[in-house]
Amino acid sequence: MSGVTRSTCPYCGVGCGVLVDARGGVTGDPAHPANQGRLCSKGTALGETLDQPGRLLHPEVDGKRASWDAALDAVAEGFRKALAEGGPDSTALYVSGQLLTEDYFAANKFAKAVLGTANIDSNSRLCMASAVAGHKRAFGEDLVPGIYEDLEQADLVVLVGSNLAWCHPVLFQRLVAAKAARPSMRVVVVDPRRTATCDVADLHLAVVPGEDVALFDALLLHLHAAGLTQPAPGLEAALAAAAGAAPRLPPADLARFLAWFATTPRVVTLFSMGANQSSAGTDKANAIINCHVATGRIGLPGAGPFSITGQPNAMGGREVGALSNMLAGHLDWATPGEHAALAEFWRAPKLATQPGLKAVELFQAAGAGRIGAMWVMATNPAVSLPDAAAVRAALKRIPMLVASDCTRESDTVDLARIRLPALGWGEKDGTVTNSERVISRQRGFRPWPGEARPDWWAISQVAQRLGWDFGWDGPAAIFREHAAVTTLARPAQRVFDLAGFTTLEDAGYAALAPTRWPVPAPGVQGGRLQPMARCVPTPPRAPAHATSAGFPLSLLTGRLRDQWHTMTRTGGVARLMAHVPEPLVSMHPDDAGALADGALARVESAWGSAVLRLKLDPAMPPGSVFAPMHWTDRFAPAARINPAVNPAVDPISGQPELKHTPVRVLPVPMAWHGFVLARRPLPTDLAEWSARLPLAHGTWRHELAGEEAPAVAFARLRAAVAEPDAAWVTLDDAAAGTHRAALLRDGRLLAVVVLGATPALPARDWLAGLFAEERIGLPARRALLAGRPADGPAPTPTICVCHGVSAGRIAAAIAGGACSLAQVGEATAAGTGCGSCRPEINALLALAAPRVAEPA
Amino acid sequence: MKVVVVGAGPAGTRCAVQVARRVPGAEVTLLGAELALPYDRVALSRLLAGEVEVGDLITHPILALEAAGIRFRAGVAVAALDRAAQVVETTKGERIGYDRLVLATGSAAVRLPLPGAELPGVLAYRDLGDVRAMLRLAAEGGHAVVIGGGLLGLEAATGLAARGMKVTVVHAMGWPMDRQLDPEAGALLTARLGRRGIRFVMPAATVALEGERHVQGVRVDDGRVLPASLVVMSVGIRPHVALARAAGLQVARGVVVDDAMRSSDPAIYAVGECTEHKGRLIGLVKPALEQAEVAAAALAGDAACWQPVPDQAALKVSGTAVWSAGEISAETAEAIILRDEDAEEYRRLFLRDGRLVGAVLYGDTADAGYYMRLIAEQHVVESRAELVLGSSFEAAA
Repeated sequence: MSGVTRSTCPYCGVGCGVLVDARGGVTGDPAHPANQGRLCSKGTALGETLDQPGRLLHPEVDGKRASWDAALDAVAEGFRKALAEGGPDSTALYVSGQLLTEDYFAANKFAKAVLGTANIDSNSRLCMASAVAGHKRAFGEDLVPGIYEDLEQADLVVLVGSNLAWCHPVLFQRLVAAKAARPSMRVVVVDPRRTATCDVADLHLAVVPGEDVALFDALLLHLHAAGLTQPAPGLEAALAAAAGAAPRLPPADLARFLAWFATTPRVVTLFSMGANQSSAGTDKANAIINCHVATGRIGLPGAGPFSITGQPNAMGGREVGALSNMLAGHLDWATPGEHAALAEFWRAPKLATQPGLKAVELFQAAGAGRIGAMWVMATNPAVSLPDAAAVRAALKRIPMLVASDCTRESDTVDLARIRLPALGWGEKDGTVTNSERVISRQRGFRPWPGEARPDWWAISQVAQRLGWDFGWDGPAAIFREHAAVTTLARPAQRVFDLAGFTTLEDAGYAALAPTRWPVPAPGVQGGRLQPMARCVPTPPRAPAHATSAGFPLSLLTGRLRDQWHTMTRTGGVARLMAHVPEPLVSMHPDDAGALADGALARVESAWGSAVLRLKLDPAMPPGSVFAPMHWTDRFAPAARINPAVNPAVDPISGQPELKHTPVRVLPVPMAWHGFVLARRPLPTDLAEWSARLPLAHGTWRHELAGEEAPAVAFARLRAAVAEPDAAWVTLDDAAAGTHRAALLRDGRLLAVVVLGATPALPARDWLAGLFAEERIGLPARRALLAGRPADGPAPTPTICVCHGVSAGRIAAAIAGGACSLAQVGEATAAGTGCGSCRPEINALLALAAPRVAEPA
Repeated sequence: MKVVVVGAGPAGTRCAVQVARRVPGAEVTLLGAELALPYDRVALSRLLAGEVEVGDLITHPILALEAAGIRFRAGVAVAALDRAAQVVETTKGERIGYDRLVLATGSAAVRLPLPGAELPGVLAYRDLGDVRAMLRLAAEGGHAVVIGGGLLGLEAATGLAARGMKVTVVHAMGWPMDRQLDPEAGALLTARLGRRGIRFVMPAATVALEGERHVQGVRVDDGRVLPASLVVMSVGIRPHVALARAAGLQVARGVVVDDAMRSSDPAIYAVGECTEHKGRLIGLVKPALEQAEVAAAALAGDAACWQPVPDQAALKVSGTAVWSAGEISAETAEAIILRDEDAEEYRRLFLRDGRLVGAVLYGDTADAGYYMRLIAEQHVVESRAELVLGSSFEAAA
């Protein structure tokens, strides 16, 4: 394997192993237990994200380039000043599940030991804090009992609030393969939306948003009534709390679900953001766990509750304790002796003595002027937090805001006073832990760009300036210290134990194979866990803010298949952007009223609003709308959904209720709609509404709409892309509000500008392809203005990203007789790459009734 | 049946040929005032430009006319008609009897009544004789001024420029071909011809032609005197109606004809530029030939009816094609405009109530027929953007 680096994918919480060849080509690692060689569309495209434009390559202070020394001095001075003026709790760190465990450990130690505050929280708060809180209430510790194999060995898999097909595609593929091999296996999807994951479901329970607790309370009652429960601590109280739970579901569907669960001992209930991101998220986790604890279906092959995380190292962050309500290494303030043991081990007399502010509270404190210094690492709170306009205002109010990031181009980095260049995937070295507790190495294989440095190094440098010597010479030393922390204050019930790694030498660390914890001794690794468990009462309650006549719809936010977080990585990859090229808000046609498909719509709540393109989608439940959370100022400023999202949080986990905000959806009349294709990204303030995305060949697409007269906008947009020695081909129909133009130089296409009075505009894909042509002949010039070849059909969107297969080609293959996924694959290669698009191919097959689609 | 056709231009010749073909036993006599075989008047510009020789212009060689059964007589001008006797009288006193007469006397170039208009070197641009005179003067080089920037004037200007003269066009409006082109196409054409060395003075009116024994200059209304050893007046045409008027036929600006090209005398037809149909004159060869066909059909006893289509004008000079048809005033119509800077192409369509009513094509006129058909059909246009892109975008959705 010379020249090949084994590493771990930096996207979701599945934590797939990857092999990177000398040219940066990325394939799945057949030897990694998480994926066994598989990869999804995002992972497959990793090689294309290595050379990121817009990298932050040197430190900046107050907008000017600075030396590392000067920047680190400024950071230290900022913290010193905040400590002097406001005390430890006026300082804070806001970090990320993108950090490696070693960086995470350093950040946590810096906050809790050096600054003496527990005001360190992570974007994991947005992701699975409710699962953590649920685990702690049920197991006394943050434990995921199961392993991925359970999904394959179960006879019933219940997916709650999880669009596994898009968000954890490799686990979804494993599930699909297991079901194909063992068709008696059943899958139930509990989700308000009919997502791509429902493609594999035997039953889709379109739960009313916020009624998951009622559903699992009803299940607990049913299991108890059926005599399937066994004595467990807290069961009686849980049953009492569940009494009368009545989820609003079709009775037959509910009865079938209850019967299946009752009669299937091997059952896994996998839950994710749809459950966690709720003002009752912790109760949702516990309501699920209760049903497994009460029936003893936990920690057994094919049985157990299973929280899956969104980020590559959310689990690592939980392990090092980099959340404001954790100490370190699963040590807890509440357990006598643990705080003292850690304070002694770290020789940290000022070690934070109580939990700190959770993410939403933290930014509220900043907004109130109570935070004097904050260090943000590898995350974009200006976009990702609810009530995002208030968060932006809060970030601006912090006297010393530091951002460590790979990219210069994030909405949060823009606001920072001090910017520190961080390493990205392929550059940094350390470990991550996936959702089944497997610790894997991320290994660097590329030189560090510019002056970028590891986060742990920057942290220890600032610590040094504040009088602390962490004494680390690399990530292996940090990992050993992290392992040592897990051995403190023992004997104890704590399952999390890395004692076997405390003596791991640098060479052993370098070669570390994926290892599941606990690791009580060298060479030992963990399996399924059967923790001491209790049931927790979870009385059903409504979401924090009810819909009303003024705000009659419930807004759900979530992810797209091919995007990651705030697009700082995936937003630069054309073929990932191709899947959903514009910010869309989905709505059931029955809710549309006068709103038209394809028109711009304002999603408005009591907190704020966003404007997205409306997609009428019968798969949406009536009464709910869905918007992706990815879009940022960089790509679509008006389409950032989080300003509209309510800031209610779960009272225990502090996780925001991202899955239920009362909203109304209003038409947004615009004088013109249009798009610009150009060989460079144009500013996002080109129009009142704009969304931009990269295309192949270095081209950028800008979707636009505005309020000025179309002819005025047309002149302005042409001026924005004009170049010397280039010539225009233009079409003007002023009376109809139609204006189109193409700019060429020596026959090479430089830009296309298209405006119309309505959103009905020519297809972009075919036009975009012409940017690859060396020379466009005269006859093809007019086709540029038509948006299609003279006699050809309009192009269709890409479905299979791996092989670039369009919906039109797939439809043609189906029309030509292909009546299964396999036959479509043979005819077009679609679906034969990573497989992420198979649900969409199945949807096209299903459209071609009466043929029946096979499971993906 | 004896049929006499007066005038051997394109319309007269076509009519003679068709009558000979369609009317059994007809004795057809074709009288041409010029001492020349029927020739392609439209191609005079190519002769001027040196692209063809005089012989190449001949459309109907004498043998072909004889084979068609036509008696052709060149250099025979008609002085009078004796309608009562059904006889035409030539300037040489010859009397030629007819059963049916076709007047195809065409039109004359307008000569502005300016001081100096009679000086040698001041020419019209109308017939082979004019072109021969122009070629003689052009051979000496020097400056030429063309008065009138219409279609013919520009043909003359480019032809003379091709012959090596320094040409200036004096035009009354702000852009050339103002009745066929919108200002933007006119500006493109001005620039294009400018690169070929043709200068435009416009809008400007000619005040006088200067010179002693030969024209030497053109004085325009801003006081400038443009040097010129040759002046071509191309300011319009006037139908030749003297013969018809003297004979008592109904004449307005032209010889008034009905839909079958019959004059007020049922035995006399008229075709081409000498006619006036429903108050309108024609100035182009295509409707003239259509009229010739209609008159021949009527003479053959067939029901025939001339239905004028909207005027279209085409110019091809300096490698640039220009075409227009229908209404091209922006006053009452909506415009759809296509521009291609590199290819130097431009087109402007005019729509009213969703229907195509006029079009100007500059550079690429391949779609002229397509738009002509759409103007005639008057259907409501469905896809406006694709309409201006041309016929190749018509079919697909």
